[in-house]
Amino acid sequence: MDVRGKRLTLDEFMNTELSVKHYPEMEYNWATGVAITKFLKGLKNGKILGTYCNDCDRTVCPPRMFCEECFNPMNHYVKLPDTGVINTFSLAFIRTDATRREKAEIPAVIDIDGTSISPSGFLHLIDEDVSHDKIKIGMKVKAVWKDEKDRIGDITDIKFFELLEDD
Amino acid sequence: MTNKVAIIGVGIEGFRSSIRELSYKEMVYQAAVKAYSDAQVNPRDDVDTFISCEEDFNMGTSITDEYAPDQIGGAQRPVHTITGDGIQGMAAAYMQIKTGMFDIAVVEAQSRASDILTHNQIQHFALDPLYVRQFDATHHTAAALEKQIYLKRSNTSEDAVAEVAVKNHNNALFNPNAAYGIKATKQDILQSKMIATPLRSGEVSESADGAVVIVLASEKGIGNRDVDPVWINGISYATNSPNFHTRDWQTAKYAELCAKKAYEMASITNPKSQIDVFEIDDTYAFKELQHLEALGIYESGEAGKALLNGELGRKGSNPVNTSGGTIGMGNGHDVNGLQRVAEVVHQLRGHAGKRQISGAKTGLAFSWRGVPTTAGAIAVLGGN
Repeated sequence: MDVRGKRLTLDEFMNTELSVKHYPEMEYNWATGVAITKFLKGLKNGKILGTYCNDCDRTVCPPRMFCEECFNPMNHYVKLPDTGVINTFSLAFIRTDATRREKAEIPAVIDIDGTSISPSGFLHLIDEDVSHDKIKIGMKVKAVWKDEKDRIGDITDIKFFELLEDD
Repeated sequence: MTNKVAIIGVGIEGFRSSIRELSYKEMVYQAAVKAYSDAQVNPRDDVDTFISCEEDFNMGTSITDEYAPDQIGGAQRPVHTITGDGIQGMAAAYMQIKTGMFDIAVVEAQSRASDILTHNQIQHFALDPLYVRQFDATHHTAAALEKQIYLKRSNTSEDAVAEVAVKNHNNALFNPNAAYGIKATKQDILQSKMIATPLRSGEVSESADGAVVIVLASEKGIGNRDVDPVWINGISYATNSPNFHTRDWQTAKYAELCAKKAYEMASITNPKSQIDVFEIDDTYAFKELQHLEALGIYESGEAGKALLNGELGRKGSNPVNTSGGTIGMGNGHDVNGLQRVAEVVHQLRGHAGKRQISGAKTGLAFSWRGVPTTAGAIAVLGGN
């Protein structure tokens, strides 16, 4: 990997200067709340849920308890298809710990079908085995789910999105 | 136009020991809806500036301010964060309105203590890393060090300290927004577990979840709205020293410093006689007494005696923490200041129910940012 600057060895980095080290223990347990709890339970059951705002006549995914546009409550939950469109994507070669992947992971923002006005959805992955030159913005994709017994109510209950070949 | 600034809306969600059925965004939304209803404003059209008071480590998300706008109605509007207590955020909002460029401002603060599993570690992380954090002393130790010298120098009794906790737990029984209303007794406090001498667990405010949103407005911002304004007559904040070896341990110097400025703004020369209700930080029971003295309401050593004489109770001459304080409402960390402000607003509007101090016209809200800080913020509120 070519990076600019002088590369330090681990020994140089940790031991050449007198320094103080501290390794904090930071653990959190966020309550998922009304809307995201419904969303995660939906995923466990193989469904993608959204909410519909009556005042703005729009559907958003993931669901929200309130509409950030008109600030009114959103109580109408709707089941959305597990298909969508690639909003944008990247071939990612670096992990969060800065080590290099040989095979790219393909994060993509998926606009879920059935969301309206400005489409919405979530960050997920495209099947990393597809040929890179086939992936295009605007391409239709479909969720590939984990086996029902392995789903836990988590965004990773969807393994990845596969490309739909029809266009 | 005098360009005065008022609080025209208050919304509280909680406080409870934990609010697990709502996400933090949903919890703040609930408080915001109440505040906007009270203030007769539509956040999407009427509010000029939004301020959220939150800290990354408390929220568990770095650059957490990015997630602040939606739940306060600030999506794609001017929003910024104050990494500190709610009254510090209120001071920023006050100054923004004073520029004349903004007429309606919103301040939000919240606590999601129940989302944090390693709270002691997060607090410990606030200590200087080079030569303080090495000692395995909890953050409560800093409070114990402070209490030790405060009791000695002010000649305040442990009985007085325990009675602060008793008073505030009992006041909280009358506050529907309080998490820890308890019919506590002096013995409960004096026999509670020793954390670090001379600090016992019964004197420490327990964490709670909750949110407060307040709406501030200029006279122009109030316009024809059917609201009940409470004016901000003085507001300030100050910090003493971050270092354990250079700070003033005995007195709450930060309280003295910011009070001087706020009293000057509000033309207060004798706070004890000119102010009717006091909401004063009591994160640790002794802090209520120490703060009362630093704020010039009592001479050194006199606050504890006044408490034992009944002066600080709901029927006393200088009622302190009718809300229950942080001991009674629950320690909301960054939102403690707005807890204090909200109670003063209720009192001055005559909306405090069984806690109501009759004829209350002027109130003081004072917050401390908690251990290991020496930072405080004050607001003097009143009628016209």
